[in-house]
Amino acid sequence: MRVWKFGDNIDTDAIIPGRYLTIYDPRDLASHAFEGTKDEFSKNAREGDIVVGGSNFGCGSSREHAPLALSGAGIHFIIAKSFARIFYRNAINVGLLPLICPDAGEIRDGSEISVRIREGNIEYGERKLTFEPVPEFLQSIIDAGGLVEFGRDRKEVPLCTKSL
Amino acid sequence: MGSTVAEKIFAGKCGRKVTAGEVVMAGIDAAMIHDITGPLAIKKFYEMDGDTVFNPESVILLFDHQIPADSIPAAENHVYMRRFAEEQQIQNYDLREGICHQVVMEKGRALPGQIVVGADSHTCMYGAGGAFATGIGSTDMGFVLKFGALYFRIPESIKIAVSGSFAEKVGAKDLILAIARDLGADGATYKSLEFMGETIRNMEMAGRMTCCNMAIEMGAKAGIVPPDEITHEYFAKRVKNYERIHLESDEDAVYALEKDFDVTDLSPQVAVPHNVDLARDVEDVAGTHIDQVFIGSCTNGRFEDLQEAARVLGERKFSDAVRVIVIPASREEYLKSLRAGFIERFVEAGALVEAPCCGPCMGGAFGLLAPGEVSLSTSNRNFRGRQGSTEASVYLCSPATAAASAIFGEITDPREV
Repeated sequence: MRVWKFGDNIDTDAIIPGRYLTIYDPRDLASHAFEGTKDEFSKNAREGDIVVGGSNFGCGSSREHAPLALSGAGIHFIIAKSFARIFYRNAINVGLLPLICPDAGEIRDGSEISVRIREGNIEYGERKLTFEPVPEFLQSIIDAGGLVEFGRDRKEVPLCTKSL
Repeated sequence: MGSTVAEKIFAGKCGRKVTAGEVVMAGIDAAMIHDITGPLAIKKFYEMDGDTVFNPESVILLFDHQIPADSIPAAENHVYMRRFAEEQQIQNYDLREGICHQVVMEKGRALPGQIVVGADSHTCMYGAGGAFATGIGSTDMGFVLKFGALYFRIPESIKIAVSGSFAEKVGAKDLILAIARDLGADGATYKSLEFMGETIRNMEMAGRMTCCNMAIEMGAKAGIVPPDEITHEYFAKRVKNYERIHLESDEDAVYALEKDFDVTDLSPQVAVPHNVDLARDVEDVAGTHIDQVFIGSCTNGRFEDLQEAARVLGERKFSDAVRVIVIPASREEYLKSLRAGFIERFVEAGALVEAPCCGPCMGGAFGLLAPGEVSLSTSNRNFRGRQGSTEASVYLCSPATAAASAIFGEITDPREV
């Protein structure tokens, strides 16, 4: 799938500018994703394309509109050297999978890659790049189908136990 | 092995020792939602089959980003949240009180030792009062509204020890920009910044709030000043039956990193476009042309900030070549500043004084920049496009530097004014 490559410190204002925060529909948000920063993204991104960033991807605001805008553009995976904390959780909560890959910087814009979740690697030409496994506690939320489903299935949650 | 303040707060909740790296589902003492992230949090609450919120008295609900409503969709969001507040019997501060973070502090809704979450990244500001406070997204907030709990990875802490006395017209904002410059925009990702040392102990609450507010700009999950007499005095005036608790790190607590800063020779700092960690000494950017100056935001819109700006301004006027926008952070700060005569002084000098709200820092409501324009702002972010066009530039600074620069129409060292 086609790679949309970005640099370090891609912030949430770049992903979705503040003037669009009254929008909550992912597809409508997607039409403004990276507006003024990378305008061709909203025009040309296709279902299944992959966003690749450098370090500190998604820094800044807690606005969930940012991962929603990427999800609305058909993105399922974001690969980066590192993620900002709130964005990482938000991405998982809206059904995007953020993958931490130390070699993300080597992946070129416009190239074709495939993410192989079961094998735990990314196929990039002849190479296989590895990514870090998702932390166990987040995996249990992903396995439940997301935090909404995890929350819907429960009337209450046990506090301070050793595992979720 | 001893514990950090962050570990102790979670241990207090769980009734057992916890250590950094552990993941716990922890009870929440208070949760804040505003007009940008609130509507989606409420939708998620309903999608999770939420019926009644965990405790209406623990929810803080208000509007600050788009007030008075600047568009029909914004007005609709306000109506949606008002209905939710009514249905759930949540006290609604509506658009009356000011910027969410300042209001939470003023109303004593985040106290020492508590765990507080807000659907806004600058929620980490409440650490100035000794709470563990962190920003979360809307789905996480929907979960909190239903269960009164959220899962946390207990963070490692970075010790920030600050010594020395500030030179005149240098202060908390210059310190936190210097710390960001040193640590970098992702230097504290997932970690808690614990501020200590004589400079912090001598700092009033306003400065502590400025520092903790910007912990997120280094990626931190929280910023905390262990509570002391200054903290207790602040809350004792605001909270009925306020309980003074003792909370500090053990001497043998384990830190991921320990940093020392001496502010004695610190110059006023200016973060240049387009990242917060690109701070420079003001001497190195003095003379830079500016079109707009914004004095306000949750970072620097308090009485003490406006007082500093008014002191630098003196009897002068702002340059006609610059648009100066002043926005007090809350109604309380507005009234104090009004009674002290600062507001009259700003208006006389040529500034626009707006009612308490996020203002240009929201990047959508008003005060936007055209392509090529330059803003100097006391807020917290200078990302590309943060205050309007992606071809505009935002510089960040203290209220003193903002006021000095607004007089001359270019970035100016406040020590020379």
